[in-house]
Amino acid sequence: MNQDAYNAYSHKTSSDQLVEVAKIAAPYKNRPEMLMSVVIQVQRKVRALSEDVAAVIAREMGIPQTNVYSFITFYAMLSVKPRGKYIIRMCESAPCHVRGAKEIVRALEKMLNIKMGETTEDGRFTLEYCPCLGICDISPAIMINHETYGNLTPGSVTQLIKRYIREDV
Amino acid sequence: MEEMRILLRNKDKINPTSAQDYIQTGGYEALRKALSMDGQEIIDTLKAAGLRGRGGAGFPTHMKMQFAKNAEDDVKYVVCNADEGEPGTNKDRVLLTTDPNSVFEGMAIAAKAIGAHKGFIYLRAEYPYVFPILKEAIENARAARCLGDDILGSGFSFDIEIHSGAGAYVCGEETALFESIEGHRGEPRYRPPFPGTKGLFGKPTLLNNVETLANFAPILRNGPDWFRKIGSEGSPGTKLFTICGNVNHRGVYEFPMGVNLKEIIYDVCGGIAEGKGLLAVQTGGSSGAIINATQIDLPLDIDHVSASGGRLGCGTILVIDDTNCIVDIVRNNLDFFRSESCGQCTPCREGGTHLYELICKICDGKGTLRDMDTIVDLANTMRITALCGLGHSTAVPVLTSLQNFREVYESHLDGDYCPVCGKDWGN
Amino acid sequence: MVTIHIDGQELQVKKGITILEAARSANIKIPTLCYHEDQKIKSVCRICLVEIEGQRLLQAACSYPVSEGMVIKTASPKVIKARRNVLELILARHPQDCLNCPKNGFCELQDLTQELHMKRPIRYQRDIRPHQVDESSTSIVRDPTKCILCTRCIEACEDGQTIGVIGKENRGFDTIVVPPYGKDMNETVCVNCGQCVQVCPVGALTIKDDTDKIYENLDSGKILVAQVAPSVRTTIAEALGEAPGTPSAGRLVTAMKLLGFHYVFDADFSADLTIMEEGYELLDRIKNGGVLPMITSCCPAWVKFCETYNPKYVKHLSTAKSPQQMFGPVIKTYFAEKHKIDPANICSISIMPCTAKKFECQREEMNDSGYQDVDISLTVQELANMIREAGINYADLPETPFDDPFGLGSGAGEIFAATGGVMEAALRTVYEVVTGKTLEKLDFHDVRGLDNLKEAEVDLNGTIVRVAVVHGLGNAREIMRKVRAGTANYHFIEVMACPGGCIGGGGNPIRNWKKVKARTESVYQQDRDLPVRKSHETDAIKTIYKEFLGEPLSDKAHHLLHTSYCNRQDLLR
Repeated sequence: MNQDAYNAYSHKTSSDQLVEVAKIAAPYKNRPEMLMSVVIQVQRKVRALSEDVAAVIAREMGIPQTNVYSFITFYAMLSVKPRGKYIIRMCESAPCHVRGAKEIVRALEKMLNIKMGETTEDGRFTLEYCPCLGICDISPAIMINHETYGNLTPGSVTQLIKRYIREDV
Repeated sequence: MEEMRILLRNKDKINPTSAQDYIQTGGYEALRKALSMDGQEIIDTLKAAGLRGRGGAGFPTHMKMQFAKNAEDDVKYVVCNADEGEPGTNKDRVLLTTDPNSVFEGMAIAAKAIGAHKGFIYLRAEYPYVFPILKEAIENARAARCLGDDILGSGFSFDIEIHSGAGAYVCGEETALFESIEGHRGEPRYRPPFPGTKGLFGKPTLLNNVETLANFAPILRNGPDWFRKIGSEGSPGTKLFTICGNVNHRGVYEFPMGVNLKEIIYDVCGGIAEGKGLLAVQTGGSSGAIINATQIDLPLDIDHVSASGGRLGCGTILVIDDTNCIVDIVRNNLDFFRSESCGQCTPCREGGTHLYELICKICDGKGTLRDMDTIVDLANTMRITALCGLGHSTAVPVLTSLQNFREVYESHLDGDYCPVCGKDWGN
Repeated sequence: MVTIHIDGQELQVKKGITILEAARSANIKIPTLCYHEDQKIKSVCRICLVEIEGQRLLQAACSYPVSEGMVIKTASPKVIKARRNVLELILARHPQDCLNCPKNGFCELQDLTQELHMKRPIRYQRDIRPHQVDESSTSIVRDPTKCILCTRCIEACEDGQTIGVIGKENRGFDTIVVPPYGKDMNETVCVNCGQCVQVCPVGALTIKDDTDKIYENLDSGKILVAQVAPSVRTTIAEALGEAPGTPSAGRLVTAMKLLGFHYVFDADFSADLTIMEEGYELLDRIKNGGVLPMITSCCPAWVKFCETYNPKYVKHLSTAKSPQQMFGPVIKTYFAEKHKIDPANICSISIMPCTAKKFECQREEMNDSGYQDVDISLTVQELANMIREAGINYADLPETPFDDPFGLGSGAGEIFAATGGVMEAALRTVYEVVTGKTLEKLDFHDVRGLDNLKEAEVDLNGTIVRVAVVHGLGNAREIMRKVRAGTANYHFIEVMACPGGCIGGGGNPIRNWKKVKARTESVYQQDRDLPVRKSHETDAIKTIYKEFLGEPLSDKAHHLLHTSYCNRQDLLR
């Protein structure tokens, strides 16, 4: 494996967490149709669907690790790489676009000092684009983990992120 | 102009997760009726009503149902497509969060019609907060014997499982949705075979959009003639419209099919926000046609919108004001499609990105007339060669905007400064 | 039956067949790319588009079924234009370095550009992915820049072999076919069977080319000693353009001599030797309560598979080495002594139908002669390239016999090439050793053919010996499930990783089932034509035991001809 690939996939999950992963996956041996459900549950417990996690899921469910990996990399909300505690998803679809989404992006990037797609060094925030959040009556909108926020302005989004930084949520 | 609330009849009036609340407003009466009917009678009723799909293509609902009914198999499925992924569309979220029982009732009616005993709701990952509502509502519906074994004492059994997506627009395509439920990448299958004969887990499957399913109960309760009187000749019934973008009053509204687009924008939604002018309207989401301000005197039903080069689809109306640039909007649409392509078939995987890059070139003022020809040729190729609807519809905003805003493209070619495309966003 | 019209021709065809099948039955050629006749329909490349009257969309002929009254145009201007436009999109992402591509001349994409008369320039920005070529494997080179995402390799590896080394990563334009988590091939569970190489239409998956090593050794004055595997004589002519199943042992020896090989030996000899050792081992296990069922170990892909997925069950594997690895030490000891050659000066080369043999000869266990027993393993494809390169007119070559002292092997060694062959060869010998009687009917038809699982029973002086044969690792996985469950009620199991056995091996010319069948028939014909058809009856076998090894399972035989296995379970973590 070359160095870049190594760095990208080097995240290791603790053995305690791997035991938890195994517990989630084990009831679904030879039931590949449960992969989505398993992966979503697992992702709530671990920082990344890393190689060791995929190996445990593969072993417990009886499917090739390649399939687990291939599945994860298909879906935008699943990640093989570690992401922040708070994943800020910025809608980049047209209804938000025409209501000034790019100014929100600029405010977020400035506030957190990272670019879209990146995670803050302290591992707390990840900025991601996502397609329409389905709350176009309040565009431009974002979703932070499972919470949605709309009618944002550069000013209001900055205030919002401050609340998250202070853990006032 | 007044809304006509048939599907939204219970919105904000009942506790959405309470089956009892729903029953008290006449809920599950249609199911009770359906349970005493023969499957064919149910289908014939929907046929007489002339109901067409509310998810995208506007395919006659009874025909899909008939295929699934005619298929000979002990196991069949009813699938509710709640992967509302079309940008600008919120109607299914509203239905599911305000009146989920109306959707369950529709699913149960469909199950009875085709002979299925198991249903799935495929919910998009961007609606994580809808999941618990559905879960609770299903449990309550089971407790009220409206789902589960021996529904309403009829001996008929039908139950619903919720499956979550994980962020993929293409999973709104029915066969990709099946793949996703089966634990695979959401890659569409080639067709035929159609879902009616070989769908989820290889079994005959009826897949309908949330809104389509919510129409079943009112039709059964009030009869097809009542339904026919609403809406337009070719598209009976009401439609949920999501109006978004640069209008004053955004939101989900219910109107009879055939309602005039111009009236919606100016009478219902209070016109363009912040006193700006109208540039364009995109109907049916990012895969829909982009029309200009002179074309908005348009009756919104399936056939009229199709004639405009797009489709009514999910009923999304994106209103775009004149501070925007249409080429930039198309670039945004194409950026969406290229990142949502499943990557299976050549035209969509490769073509989607090349279309995007060619449009970017035009935005940057570096495009040529030859690029314009290439764009048209490529878009037309994708429209007829891609494996699924995603690849076909990528071309729609490109081709319609070229038709309706030709001069805007040309001014970009000439290197005229475009204040939108030329804006530096610090990227 | 339905009536359809294709390009103006009225046809009666079976209901439900695809347009492609219907067109082929009428001799109408529709170009294809992702389609492979032995695989599932994929319908993703969108090259085989046709126009169906009454439909706005073009449809893929490979997947679209015919129906009554259908009117199809396979080459209308609309179709031709669309096909070229789709091909253009494929070419836009392809490096197009055809002239120095290992697949040059054998590439389905190259053929397609000719067929579609693709002569205009690409209109798009050429977007070649910056992926690195993965040369980490001993056997397979993976170049993702050339991949056209047909997914045939994924099917071959995952559905066929049930391993799943490579799969899709990401989606949309970023989709590529790779091992998971950025791993290189040598870090994966890949067993080097080369079935992916066999189905890759382009140069994305190719055989690791070791021919330069041959030239280097020739140049440095080494004595090149080659062993030629049983199936090679059946497939080398095919690799050079002759009909599948054309046997050419004599011409092959001539060609190899022209190439500079000093000695060319028949590996039917070492196949016979394997039968002696493996056969006696089986009898020993049956007689002395050894681990049963005993499972063959000739196939290095299967051995690695077993070491990875069933490490606790490697004790079932016969300790007898494969023919390649038996011949290796025999050449560097017995032959070297006999011909007074310094074994250090020998370059031992095997010519194989197999990509996994490259891995096998580099296993650390394989140094029993005091040197690496086999230095280089070449596939049929590589040897064919050398023959072409040297300008040898293979079709018109005279015949040369294999070199002594190993001479001509038996028909039993010959049928090692086909699934069931090792089993049949073993039964021919074991029967006569145990019963002391002459076997009247040499052909064991129960273990021949392409069924997933073949079973037979043989009466050895009152002891009923039950045997089973599987080919393809999916079937191997299945039978190992039974072994683990204790329900594999057999004495002896033959496992070959490749479908059809070695004759369907990854190192052979690109194949399909039709070709494998023709090759298999040829193998059994050659068996029938050989003067000696039982391993223990050839002169070379008798001589080597008399002069050198003593008897089967002797200490010397154990030292040189038997091996041990390891646990590779970590590859799954």
